[in-house]
Amino acid sequence: MADTPLLAAGTLPPSRPVTPAKGQPVPFRGGGFQPVPIRGVAILVFVLLIAALELGTRTGVISNLTMPPPSAIVETLWNLAASGRLWTHLYPSLTRLVIGAAIGTTLGIAIGTMIGLFSLARAGLVPLVSALFPIPKIALLPLFVIWFGIGESSKYALIAFGTFTPTVVATFGAVDNVDRTLIRMGQSFGLSWWSVVRKIVLPGAFPGILSGLRVSIAIGIILLVAAEMLGAEHGIGAYILEAGSLYDLERLFAGVTVLSVMGVTLSWLIGLLERRFLSWRS
Amino acid sequence: MDLVVDTLSHAYGNVTVLQDIDLTIPSGQIVCLVGPSGCGKSTLLRMIGGLERPTQGAVRLLGEPPRDSLNPLTFVFQHFALLPWRNVEDNIRLVLEDHRLPKAEVARIIDDVLARTRLTDFAKALPKQLSGGMKQRVAIARALAVRPACMLMDEPLSALDSQTRELLMEDLISLWTREPFTAVYVTHNLAEAVRLGHRVVVLSRRPGRVHDVVDIDIPLQDRHAGMPELEKTQAHLWELMRREAQVADMELIDG
Repeated sequence: MADTPLLAAGTLPPSRPVTPAKGQPVPFRGGGFQPVPIRGVAILVFVLLIAALELGTRTGVISNLTMPPPSAIVETLWNLAASGRLWTHLYPSLTRLVIGAAIGTTLGIAIGTMIGLFSLARAGLVPLVSALFPIPKIALLPLFVIWFGIGESSKYALIAFGTFTPTVVATFGAVDNVDRTLIRMGQSFGLSWWSVVRKIVLPGAFPGILSGLRVSIAIGIILLVAAEMLGAEHGIGAYILEAGSLYDLERLFAGVTVLSVMGVTLSWLIGLLERRFLSWRS
Repeated sequence: MDLVVDTLSHAYGNVTVLQDIDLTIPSGQIVCLVGPSGCGKSTLLRMIGGLERPTQGAVRLLGEPPRDSLNPLTFVFQHFALLPWRNVEDNIRLVLEDHRLPKAEVARIIDDVLARTRLTDFAKALPKQLSGGMKQRVAIARALAVRPACMLMDEPLSALDSQTRELLMEDLISLWTREPFTAVYVTHNLAEAVRLGHRVVVLSRRPGRVHDVVDIDIPLQDRHAGMPELEKTQAHLWELMRREAQVADMELIDG
């Protein structure tokens, strides 16, 4: 082989066997900075927290005016589900979220991909997106009510707009990060432009797009509740607002629990997608 | 089909990287391009394959490429360039998909190139499961699948450890012996150049010019590591490059 040793043999001190018991052991200093998953801890934290609240509210340490006992919240949730009223609130909320987020993320992925692929789109749209991104979308709700009416369309529009900007930013970042050597490889084998986009750019950008989707969905839920608080007969947001104005803490917390479960479920679904489609990542 | 590089020059801004390169790549031979780092050998290869445009001169094809060749000029990249989300078989399929071949034909080609690179058992493996040497064999199989008239190999063994490099070199030699192919092989490793090259082209440091051309007449299958004749040629090549490599090492990157 071409590699020649830098030192000729014999310039190193000969290695001597050392009697094992003598000398200090080298101290270990390479630990930490390596999070490992620990099973059961998450559940333990939940259980402890709920148990503490239950105990506090029952003994009166926590006033019933500030916090209902968790068991009462569970009971309220149970009654809500049994009477079917949970569904009358959950169904319109989920519909709004799904339709709004579908519009927003689809447009966002399309525009984001265009920004990633075409210099003209990038030059023209990136400043616009940067200008739109920091606007708190809730502030636009009155405007959307004027534009789209008090009905469903204004809620779809708000959620769509709120999920659109983070999706655009995540998508064009993901397209930018696709390995250029893979693209050149595709071109060098004579793949058509469309094949390069469909078979190399989009699958390569998919992990980044999915993690952008996590953010978008969370924003979508926030906006959903905000929109429903401003004008809706049914929906989790409306339910919480009503409970709040009646100072019905049990129902209020029941509503908040539903929202939290909704968020966790959606994030779990995205995790499922990731495991299914991104198993190729090392 | 022969390839001719015709008084090719290239500059990035006002830095000339390649100057008046004249080169012929005869059919059925492996031409190695060696030179100190930054002499523009990879740039030259990308120009031969049409991935970059020279500022002056041109690369020309003499004669028609073989009719059954799907992609006459085909690259093998240093870092393999495999799609991580496709398994071995589908990575090869990728370069056949745009050619509208009948299904049976595609399956036949894939089986054939997998057998030639001894990868048949790994057809369903994902790139992340493969070692570096295996990945490069997949990349070579993919290149063979389009029946190239000329393979353009950009330091194909540089990302591998020396044992794997030796094994893959033997693989390349046996591939060539069974069915001679034309190749331009860029490397900075002189041992590879003298093992694989019928002709070794030494480029000078920036601006890259053809410093010397050394032909090696020993048939590929008769060459082996540590052969005195090859050692001599390698020493000669190193003499040609030594001073230039020293100067190149001291240069600032964008100077």
